Amino acid sequence: MVYHSLKEICLLAENENSSFWQIICQDDCMERQITQSQSFEMMLHMYEAMEKADRNYAPERKSPSRMAGGDGEKLKNYTETGKNLSGAFIGRVMEKAVKMAETNACMGRIVAAPTAGSCGVLPAVLLTYEEFFDCSREKMAQALYTAAGIGQIIAERASIAGASGGCQAEIGSASAMAAGALTFLQGGDGRRICDAVAISLKGLLGLTCDPVAGLVEVPCVKRNVIGAVNAVTSTDMVMAGVTSVIPADEVIDAMGEIGRDMPRKFKETSEGGLAVTPAAQAIEEQIRLSEEQI
Amino acid sequence: MGIKMNVFEIVGPVMVGPSSSHTAGAVRIGYVSRQLLGEKPAEVSILLYGSFLATGRGHGTDRALVAGLLGMLPDDERIPESMEEASKEHLKVTFGKASLKEAHPNSVVLQMTGQSGRKLEVQAASLGGGRIKICRIDGLEANFCAEYPTLIVHNMDQPGHVAEVTSMLSHKSVNIASMQLYRDRRGGNAVMILECDEEVSDEAIKWLEHLEGVLKVTYFSMKEDNTENS
Repeated sequence: MVYHSLKEICLLAENENSSFWQIICQDDCMERQITQSQSFEMMLHMYEAMEKADRNYAPERKSPSRMAGGDGEKLKNYTETGKNLSGAFIGRVMEKAVKMAETNACMGRIVAAPTAGSCGVLPAVLLTYEEFFDCSREKMAQALYTAAGIGQIIAERASIAGASGGCQAEIGSASAMAAGALTFLQGGDGRRICDAVAISLKGLLGLTCDPVAGLVEVPCVKRNVIGAVNAVTSTDMVMAGVTSVIPADEVIDAMGEIGRDMPRKFKETSEGGLAVTPAAQAIEEQIRLSEEQI
Repeated sequence: MGIKMNVFEIVGPVMVGPSSSHTAGAVRIGYVSRQLLGEKPAEVSILLYGSFLATGRGHGTDRALVAGLLGMLPDDERIPESMEEASKEHLKVTFGKASLKEAHPNSVVLQMTGQSGRKLEVQAASLGGGRIKICRIDGLEANFCAEYPTLIVHNMDQPGHVAEVTSMLSHKSVNIASMQLYRDRRGGNAVMILECDEEVSDEAIKWLEHLEGVLKVTYFSMKEDNTENS
């Protein structure tokens, strides 16, 4: 990687008179010794895989623990009544985030972006954006490069794994990637993309990873909604001219520090927080008993 | 912290859920183990350890390992039905508990018998993000990630074997990316692990197998499923 901060990506783009996503695409070509069209083809394939996973959502499917499944369909039906508070766009974002996260919990095929547990965030905002604003395929792939570059910086400066940084590293990172991608689609320049990353990530700092029974289901599925919606509101703030007091790279470093110092019991070990509540323990016991029967 | 990841490690991979470590990594462990066996497995005893044992069923780790043993990759939509596929393909699978010392929390031991009767025991760990490590082969230290063509030679601990293997690779124009040597005791069983930049030919592997003092040769090929013609 020729860049190690979001600021560097912005500077490179400025100096070379190209855009944020192009710097990331070029770097992939250099890194893996492939042509720009080969790299772009692969990114389009990722976008199509997200679409396909969304289309193939099966409302009747339940996860092996039976905790996850079917909620995406409920959200779809409710939004369609027009009575929902958050409106058509956010309603669709919520529906798609839950659907993708449920597909993942039910052993369906998804695109990890950046992780399997946070796989609903990016497609929820991108697929909904395409549906409402009728963008070209190329534009959507460019938005994915923007997101990927942001993820690369977070992975290098902090972490994208719940086991090392808590949920802020998974849903937080996904949300920052999605906010950057949406800001790009709304016509925001590098500076605004960075502000969107900063604002969205600040909102999710400190989030713990304490899943019930150690499974990627509770609270993970619904947290994909938080990550996606947070990306939409952060984008709107930035496009309205709101700026972040703390620069994005410094927010990412803060996330890394918080992750390092976060107690082990909140980092995917299921030894604290939600995972040790009486309700969670009862579910764990139930799962254990049903496994013994098999 | 501070991991450099490429664009498609961030947006991607396409995989069957729910967990990159407990599902995608487990498929890869099964797949790489099948490649190492070098033929279709007929009977496999799967011994789970740590988090694989504790939360394996909820994450589909059991089905993922079997899917990999059947030659499926982490994006194969048949992974949830791998148990049914296994009985169709006459692969007999049993599950148990592994008793390991100081192993990675996501570890598994696969005791495989191939259709020709070849036996191989692989201990592997899923490191996260779908990455894996092969930790032991037939009880001897291994320690490689199956991201390069990898040659594993078990031999008697006596002078000359390293020279034989490396000069053969040099003769075949295969460049060595990394090399590790281990032994259980002086003059006992030794193992060398060579990660290569190019594939090693079947003929070269057969030649190695016939050398005096060489006990077993195992090879991981990056070519898709090298067990199909066996």
